[in-house]
Amino acid sequence: MHRVAALAMVVAACSARAASNTADLEAIYHARADSARMRFTPADVRFMTGMIGHHRQALDMAALVPRNGASSSIETLAARIINAQQDEIATLEQWLRERDQPLPAGHEHAHMPGMLTPAQMAELAAARGAAFDRLFLRYMIQHHRGAVAMVHELFGTDGAAQDEVVFKLASDIQVDQITEIARMELMLEEMP
Amino acid sequence: MLAYPRLVPVVLLAAAACSSSQTSSAGSSPSPARSSSGDPRVGLKPGLFDAGEGVWNLRVVSKTPPPEAFVGVTNSDLAFKGQYAFQGNYNGIQVWDISNPSRPTTVITHVCPASQSDVSVYRNLMFVSGEGFGGRLDCGTGGVQEAVSPHRLRGIRIFDITDIRNPQYIANVQTCRGSHTHSVLVHPGDTSSVYIYVSGSAPVRPAEELSGCSALAPSEDPNSALFRIEVIKVPLAHPEQAAIVSSPRIFQDLVEAPSHGLAPEDRKALETARAGGAFIVELGGQERVLPDRMIRPMLDSLARARGATTPTAADSAALRDSLKVMVARRIADRGPGPRPGPTQCHDITLYPAIGLAGGACEGYGLLLDISDPVNPRRIDAVSDSNFAYWHSATFNNDGTKILFTDEWGGGGQPKCRPSDPREWGANAIFTIENRDMRFRSYYKLPAPQTPNENCVAHNGSLLPIPGRDIMVQGWYQGGISVFDWTNADRPVEIAFFDRGPVDSTRMRSGGSWSVYWYNGVMVSSEIARGLDIFELVPSAHISQNEIDAAKTVRLEYLNAQGQPQFVWPATFALARAYVDQLERSNALPAARIASLRQELAAAERASGDQRRTALTTLADGLGSQAQARRLVDALRELAKS
Repeated sequence: MHRVAALAMVVAACSARAASNTADLEAIYHARADSARMRFTPADVRFMTGMIGHHRQALDMAALVPRNGASSSIETLAARIINAQQDEIATLEQWLRERDQPLPAGHEHAHMPGMLTPAQMAELAAARGAAFDRLFLRYMIQHHRGAVAMVHELFGTDGAAQDEVVFKLASDIQVDQITEIARMELMLEEMP
Repeated sequence: MLAYPRLVPVVLLAAAACSSSQTSSAGSSPSPARSSSGDPRVGLKPGLFDAGEGVWNLRVVSKTPPPEAFVGVTNSDLAFKGQYAFQGNYNGIQVWDISNPSRPTTVITHVCPASQSDVSVYRNLMFVSGEGFGGRLDCGTGGVQEAVSPHRLRGIRIFDITDIRNPQYIANVQTCRGSHTHSVLVHPGDTSSVYIYVSGSAPVRPAEELSGCSALAPSEDPNSALFRIEVIKVPLAHPEQAAIVSSPRIFQDLVEAPSHGLAPEDRKALETARAGGAFIVELGGQERVLPDRMIRPMLDSLARARGATTPTAADSAALRDSLKVMVARRIADRGPGPRPGPTQCHDITLYPAIGLAGGACEGYGLLLDISDPVNPRRIDAVSDSNFAYWHSATFNNDGTKILFTDEWGGGGQPKCRPSDPREWGANAIFTIENRDMRFRSYYKLPAPQTPNENCVAHNGSLLPIPGRDIMVQGWYQGGISVFDWTNADRPVEIAFFDRGPVDSTRMRSGGSWSVYWYNGVMVSSEIARGLDIFELVPSAHISQNEIDAAKTVRLEYLNAQGQPQFVWPATFALARAYVDQLERSNALPAARIASLRQELAAAERASGDQRRTALTTLADGLGSQAQARRLVDALRELAKS
């Protein structure tokens, strides 16, 4: 009986201490997250803002796919691009919001590498069927190469990409889009 | 390439404070049955250290928050040696003593920032990967601000951990792309050195920072850092002399789209289409059905050319012939010379016991021959239009199967929502036949997760359950999933653990980076919450005897990317496990199973010659029944012991 009581007390003491410890650790977690948000450079903001506009154009291109008689393999590719880039836009926007940076409105992106000109966009919108498939691949490869170039520019800037989210997102965009470029080049070659 | 033999040992931060008391050790609460209507992983309460939990067929042995120095900083991969677990963190390495798995204690919190701090151990050495821009040669926490700096470390750090509480930083091997991950190859024929295969996925450093680094295409610069991996040789007597000894271009001439071929359903669909008279061409080594919308205009124009309005069978036949010509012309048009394959691997799993490695390399899964450790050779390659990014590999114990993961979204994105396809961000399972990989099926975490939980296939390891291929795997905030892929066509989940999101209002990174079986328990590195340890509990899918047999396999150390081959000592638990499996698969009648168990128990009670005779009689009685082969072998081994 005594033994049971003593044991219960020890358990109570331990759990009380554990609770206060995790509460302390949680406070540290939030404090660190807050201070980590203060460490960024104009180059990081430029990259994160620019990539939103860049991704939005990829979504505009992908949105043409169901309307323009694309093949099923292009439909799958576009579905993947939409899924990936929508999620990345959410990450980019969250990063900017948490740092009190303005979100880009609309499509402020004409000057970024790989962007389609209005004429190219119109050409793509007007294409149909197999011609659309080919043009979509060519322009998406151009667009992806531009995103990779933006990552390289970011990484070549003093002080940039020290932030964990920026480094990870930029690295992921780089490897994902290089991988997708290779896939699209194969698709282009295998088109009958 | 550059070694810095005389680095000052870094200041070490030992957070000894009450680490054991922080561990919350869960009691042996029964695992709730998994209801068919609602998965318990759906709708879990959010929280950092107090999230709701869904558990099935597992027991949570302990949950230990990170040391203060690492709170809020990403925990990464794990390695093991003796009673110690080494947990990487973007701020350094945490060493835990897990000799009592219900109360892991801090041995040392070693601050030395680098992402991702992928960690391995071998004897007295610890290897740590650095890829991010903030890693410093002096382990300082200030980062490196300049785009070109003599203070930056991107590559492999080497520590001497002879005194585990006082790691000595003895060398660096800098690489052009840094080290995202690495794999330690302990080659059976080489006792004087180990080899490290380095995979780096970040952009190439400028030559001004590390001389010789070039990001040009290999056709423009034969010394390009792209399209290769690095092999570092570490002389065990002089680890400070570790250096790159080769940069194998294992992607060379990866020219064709080595598609893994069609899934059984696709093959069926193709044959149905063929029987229905569909137009089929071979492109990139694979047969494809040409869609109607492509065929119809061609048929119409053939009909028009002869003045008719409707195409006939003759037009179809003519089109079939001309399609062959069109395809041949396209192939001829492609021109000479190899096209570039992947520029690097994400991770390589070495399986030295069978001389093979699985390389997960951008758009490809590779099978490598590693019998010559310095010169790995590609022997097969597969690709898959459902795979975004080939991330890691695990062999089954026999080396007859390989499983690749697809880290779609890079691990920071929520790819397990109900709307995300089951084939994307999943595992792909292949059988290995004559060193060729054949696709069999996908496995993805079966429970949907919220948009605020990063979730995709990630790191795991095989469990030493004898006679079956069972694996535990981390899915970030999707939790951990234990699944059986003995039947390569039908992988099935048999246990899981999951928490609610770190934050239900926004995406906060968390979840299981990796979970590995090590000496009887499953240890998980939780990105935000620290270290979790689990135990299997018996269920309809797995018996106590199978768990007991798994626990007889003891490893001295484990780096999951240098996969060990499990060998089961001869025990009665092993024999009983095989009997359980014969019962589960209905291989023998119930009465025979019951008598086998009785005779086995009797043999266990006996000793010496009597036991030997009983076991031999049992084995002889089973004779040549194919399904009982493993049991017979186990009985004969037991008789010898």
